[in-house]
Amino acid sequence: MILSLRKRAERAHRNDRVFLGIVYGSAGTFVLLILALLVQLILGSWQSIRTFGFAFLWTSQWNPVTSQFGALPLIFGTVVSSFIAILLAGIVGILAAAFLSDFAPREIARPLSFIIELLAAVPSVVYGLWGLFVLAPLMRVAIGPFLQHVLGWSPLFSGPIYGVGLLTAGIILALMILPTVTAISRDVIAAIPQDLREASMALGATKWETMRRVVLPAAKTGIFGALILALGRAVGETIAATMVIGNRPEIAASLFAPSYTLASVIANEFTEATTDVYLSALLELGLLLFIVSFIINALARLMMWTVFRGR
Amino acid sequence: MKAPLLRRGLVALLLAAFTAPALAATQLTGAGSTFDYPLFSKAFYAYNQQHSDLTVNFQPIGSGGGIEQFTQGTVDFGATDVPMNADELKRAAKPVIQVPVALGGEAITYNLPGVGSNLRFTRQLLADIFIGKVTNWNDKSIAKLNPKVKFPNLPIIVVHRSDGSGTTYIFTDFLSSVSSAWKSKVGTGKSVQWPAASSVGGKGNEGVAGQVRNSPGAIGYVELAYALENHMDMALLQNRAGKFLACTMDTVRAAAATKANVSATNFSIVDRAGANAYPIAGYSWVVIYKGTANKAHARQLHDILEWLVGPQGQSIAGSLKYVPLPGNVQATAKKALSEMVL
Repeated sequence: MILSLRKRAERAHRNDRVFLGIVYGSAGTFVLLILALLVQLILGSWQSIRTFGFAFLWTSQWNPVTSQFGALPLIFGTVVSSFIAILLAGIVGILAAAFLSDFAPREIARPLSFIIELLAAVPSVVYGLWGLFVLAPLMRVAIGPFLQHVLGWSPLFSGPIYGVGLLTAGIILALMILPTVTAISRDVIAAIPQDLREASMALGATKWETMRRVVLPAAKTGIFGALILALGRAVGETIAATMVIGNRPEIAASLFAPSYTLASVIANEFTEATTDVYLSALLELGLLLFIVSFIINALARLMMWTVFRGR
Repeated sequence: MKAPLLRRGLVALLLAAFTAPALAATQLTGAGSTFDYPLFSKAFYAYNQQHSDLTVNFQPIGSGGGIEQFTQGTVDFGATDVPMNADELKRAAKPVIQVPVALGGEAITYNLPGVGSNLRFTRQLLADIFIGKVTNWNDKSIAKLNPKVKFPNLPIIVVHRSDGSGTTYIFTDFLSSVSSAWKSKVGTGKSVQWPAASSVGGKGNEGVAGQVRNSPGAIGYVELAYALENHMDMALLQNRAGKFLACTMDTVRAAAATKANVSATNFSIVDRAGANAYPIAGYSWVVIYKGTANKAHARQLHDILEWLVGPQGQSIAGSLKYVPLPGNVQATAKKALSEMVL
């Protein structure tokens, strides 16, 4: 059919509006979903919020028998284990990314990258099993005593070594988020223009100095984004953490002590929580987890804006 | 000709699609306790072999979930390790019948390098260990019971369940009945605040067993079936009659047989008086509505549950290392089922 010019223009215009509608709608649906999730969490935890109020955040009790609930030890466990994970994965991941993009010969870099990305495909339960049957005994027999021998003067490495605990959980989480950090950092570093590197080396810098003083600072934003993404995953990781963290809702100074994370409690106790206040408290933990992840991401964005202002 | 054949084929297909449901098997649904899952899985399949018109779909989502779905009416029956209490019954609104269908015991397992199986414990000693009063294996109270054993200077690590579970309920029920200190300080529940300073939680029976296996000095509680299947070192526990008993099918069955008229309001069988009664045991329950609209479903549900608590169903339970219900309890269960309005 031959349409007149005017009709064709009108049809194009309408199609444009439809397309815009679909695109805005998709984005809007996403926002609506997040809001709906938030509203549902708040509704579910309302009874717990009313019963415990803000004291929920700084009480150290988790007693289902007397229905006394407080989330402080859980927040502590979540934050500390994720922090250890980011520290370990950050150092190893960024260095590995630098190696893969700039220092490794092409024949090694490609298969190595592939293998590291394959690590991300391993289910978290498998990590948990490995942690429980390999890493925990190793921690108890070798790593723990060694650390206690060298750093035992510090309260961080004092006390009995169970094998499971905060440190073991931190290491497992680090392993899990390592592929994310490495893969994204490698891409970011590789995307830095070659001119910068050549200019730096023309001025007499060595390869390492170029990496440390020119390339990595240039890639700061992207690497930070990778770390935040990885942190988000570490905070929410449930199964692997619950298998190696010892599941004890207590705050202790030692990294060898058993601990508990927000996600672990929910996974462990949700199916058997029969009283209303218990269920509500667990949902409030879910809400907390939601908010903690939100705050981590928001803080990271804020830091990026202030540090990299003008970019 | 092609067209009429196609049309005929289509009509036949539609007819089949609409009449098939009328000829298909009835499907009943249940949800709840993970403890029951292996039993239901095997037993309902076996029943289906004999009665091909009935299939049962059971989802092991946990006792809490089971009660919730049963109350909402999304499943025909629920399965729970702890019977529904007054609040839950009130929420169900309609009259509920609760039937004991499975029996399990709990073994105490430990990890002491150089020391074998069959260490002796009294009930009070066990309570003292779990409450945190006895903290080292070289404590005099342990040595007194086991004079021939040389105990190392090794701190005791208490291992408990991190997930809410009927196993924990039965164990804490036992500790509450033998120790007033435990009862007032901790209490009974599917999930409790464990008081021992040196304690660790494991997820599921596998978690507890794995943790005990990997930690020298650890002590924990696991389901009998699990301990038997995995050939774990178990302790001898002294019962009320003064005998030191191992957790076996016979000793658990003896404990259950001492309370024939077990009911949802009187269901605890821990620490029973009886020469061969093992102190830590408990039932798992199926909850059904007394009267349902669908009479055909009610009749089939009644029949399969009666088969389950009878000799055939319980022999399947035995093959899976559950403890078969003693004869008097089978009779009680059948009597409860007979109250269904059919």
